[in-house]
Amino acid sequence: MKKRGQPWAWVIFALGAAYFLIPLLATFEFSLRIRREGYTFDAYMNVFSDGRFQATFTYSLVVGLAAILVGVFIVVPAAYLVRLRLPALRPIIEFVTLLPLIIPAIILVFGYIKLYNSSSWLPLTGSALGTDILLTFGYVALALPYMYRAVDTGLRTIDVQTLTEAANILGANQFTIISRVIFPNIIVAVLSGAFLTLAIVMGEFTIASLLNRPAFGPYLQNVGANRAFEPAALAIISFVFTWGAMGMIQLLARFAPKTAARTD
Amino acid sequence: MATPFLSIENIVKKFGENTVIHGVDLAFDKGEFISLLGPSGCGKTTILRMIAGFERPTTGRIVVDGKDITDLNPNQRQIGMVFQAYALFPNMNVADNVAFGLKVAGVGKEERQARVAEMLKLIGLSGFDKRFPFELSGGQQQRVALARALAPRPRMLLLDEPLSALDAKIRVSLRQEIRAIQRDLGITTVFVTHDQEEALSISDRIVVLNAGHVEQVGAPFEIYNRPQTKFVAQFVGTLNTIEATVTDAAARRVSIDGQSAVLASLPPDIATNSAISLTLRPEAVTLGKPNGQDIELEGTVSEVHFLGSVIRLRVDLGKNSVSLDTFNDKHTPPPALNERVKVAINSDDILLLN
Amino acid sequence: MSSNTDTAGPIANKTAGSEKSGPAVAASPNPLSFFAGMRLSELLGVVPFLVFAVMFLIAPTLFLVGAAFLDDAGNFTLQNILDLGSPQIVASFWISIRVSAASAFLGAAIGLVIALAVIRGRLPEGIRSAVLTFSGVASNFAGIPLAFAFLATLGRLGLMTVILKLIGLDIYKAGFNILSFWGLTITYLYFQIPLMILIIAPAIDGLKKEWSEAAATLGATPAQFWRYVGLPVLWPNLLGTLSLLFANAFGAIATAYALTGSSLNIVPILLYAQIRGDVLHNPGLGAALALGMIVVTAFANVLYLIVRTRAERWLK
Repeated sequence: MKKRGQPWAWVIFALGAAYFLIPLLATFEFSLRIRREGYTFDAYMNVFSDGRFQATFTYSLVVGLAAILVGVFIVVPAAYLVRLRLPALRPIIEFVTLLPLIIPAIILVFGYIKLYNSSSWLPLTGSALGTDILLTFGYVALALPYMYRAVDTGLRTIDVQTLTEAANILGANQFTIISRVIFPNIIVAVLSGAFLTLAIVMGEFTIASLLNRPAFGPYLQNVGANRAFEPAALAIISFVFTWGAMGMIQLLARFAPKTAARTD
Repeated sequence: MATPFLSIENIVKKFGENTVIHGVDLAFDKGEFISLLGPSGCGKTTILRMIAGFERPTTGRIVVDGKDITDLNPNQRQIGMVFQAYALFPNMNVADNVAFGLKVAGVGKEERQARVAEMLKLIGLSGFDKRFPFELSGGQQQRVALARALAPRPRMLLLDEPLSALDAKIRVSLRQEIRAIQRDLGITTVFVTHDQEEALSISDRIVVLNAGHVEQVGAPFEIYNRPQTKFVAQFVGTLNTIEATVTDAAARRVSIDGQSAVLASLPPDIATNSAISLTLRPEAVTLGKPNGQDIELEGTVSEVHFLGSVIRLRVDLGKNSVSLDTFNDKHTPPPALNERVKVAINSDDILLLN
Repeated sequence: MSSNTDTAGPIANKTAGSEKSGPAVAASPNPLSFFAGMRLSELLGVVPFLVFAVMFLIAPTLFLVGAAFLDDAGNFTLQNILDLGSPQIVASFWISIRVSAASAFLGAAIGLVIALAVIRGRLPEGIRSAVLTFSGVASNFAGIPLAFAFLATLGRLGLMTVILKLIGLDIYKAGFNILSFWGLTITYLYFQIPLMILIIAPAIDGLKKEWSEAAATLGATPAQFWRYVGLPVLWPNLLGTLSLLFANAFGAIATAYALTGSSLNIVPILLYAQIRGDVLHNPGLGAALALGMIVVTAFANVLYLIVRTRAERWLK
């Protein structure tokens, strides 16, 4: 009764592949059409040599890295402690990690503007640096569900309970345990969360635009409004970047450490 | 000799280059309870799945009640099947699960309800009809699975290691129940298991399989007492193996660790001074001087396991050792470790196997 | 209860103490008893997380919700909520709901079909993992680059438009326009379908092989299996994911902004314009708009969570 590859399955797969691959091909083709005579990579050259591209790309990269660091600092201790010592807090923590998925980004940034504007108790929007900080925290919020889930899964896989007990009996204190025993073993999980954060930050538009920061997202929108072929090149660059980040996550999954199987 | 109800004719199964079943021939009568017994990977589940229709034999035929069903789809074979993982439909309650085969056959509502009630009574779960699978224990789920398989009155019942996922106690009681129901209904049943105790206790006949070959087919008493190959003797029950040397082939005399014994028979062309393997069941060895047995050996007690009603001993004869059981006697304590004892064996009980 | 007092800290002892006091003390449970047994040093590790959550997730949202009920002078009013009934805003919500519903239903249906094809269609093993990986990437490929991609595909000068014109099909002449309701919906599908595939794949995996085999031995055709067992088991997941897809589309703005701009006045775009330049001339109304959005997305997400928990109960 074993039939290899039902025909209907192949048809559906082919149609699906077409829907998803054609736009990529079309975009790539479009990006090469900047000269009327034939296909060239001129649109890409224009993009890469554009000062604003370099500036905004760098800006977003830096903010992304900052968001990753803050995210790790917030999530790792919390995930560790909830798993080990404070399981009662788990529902609260998990609810919090669901919030960014429920509250759209535009609502978040609207709230930030109202709560932290120049005449409020914490006038973050009053200065460029303050707004940058606000932007970073906004990105930490957007990436929180993914960062938390990555770290939590990593902790579960390495059986953090037993590792902690072993380190404890050997004389290590809490801080040493987290920084020298736990963290090195969840580096892979953390990197997964980091790459996802980067992917989110690089393409983000709403928060950056409404906070008026020179990030990559608003730059993309601006180019889209003013140029014809460069946006296509940017879309391809963006897709390659996202694919690269996701690819890294898949690669990392193979290097994730696991403890030996428990028999109980 | 009635024509067999189920006959498996020269079945060969290959997965790619790998031959998993090497030309198996089996014939079962109507109403028989057959166990397919063997270690993991012996092909017993593959044979069962071929009977069910989930695998196609590479060559060979399967004939049920005179009809060749080899090319039929599983849903055309009118065969009931019970799986190791119960496989109850999670979105339906017990009644709907049991009625499923009737529903897809177009049986009317009233008749379905009557049949469901009948089946639930048969398995002892009347009143459970509105429960859902996740509310039932493993044993209860398996009984419902049995009722579901039997409700459409199939021609045959197939069970794929149905008790492996259950606790030991439930396993024993459920296997009795399955056998009782099967006897009641008189339905031809094929039961796959790797547990030889299970197979011995409930089957009419057992098929012992090893690496895709049939080692032996027979009633439990036959299989246990007259194993035809070493594999069968070792797989079914415990087996003692003694390495001896032939001292006088004509007189059937052998030396076991320096002690002499005369056997009931020897392989025909065996030469003096050659090695020979003797096998025998633990119950064929008794502790103490012979009481009618014709072989007496002496050894040292190396293990004593007090199991309650039974005392299991291991006696070292030299290079060889034998395992034997003796019943508890409250007036006689078990022998001590390293005590010198005598053991007696009947030469008739020795099995000579290749 | 008794075993806790041995190792519990000072906070727990205080709770025990307050219970022994006479009837003068209120019988309400001490909220601090929740923290009984937790050491201060441990709580410290969770503090950054909780502070962050309050400052950058909970407080801004609550503040916004509160602002919806205040007028310009800072007094409590329901006027902002009532103003949500104005024709412009109602039209905006209606368009948003339609786009979100269209992309959710289509995304769910198409995603389901593709997932079934890839997982149960007995295609070569590599295809399944390729599809799931691609879905992981594509579900994140939203926003402005996506809009660009679809402009390059189905815009007036797009590759598909040109190719179809070559074979005699002028879609623009036939009335299609990428900068429209359906154009946006088709674009949204690019991340809705992969999201559906990612979420429903584990559920389809959960359809045990034994169920379809058992159904076959009981005489059911494949169609009967799907009708009586397969789809009913998947149904809660389908419903839940539909809800999630709806919420996902409802809150999205970047793609729409880059594609249709303000020609398609969905709620996020309206809110964006309001935040940027107070086009509604009424800050309180902006907050009310945000409140409306939160209500919709929260409702859809909660529905998803409830349905998913109930479904998991079945499939223990």
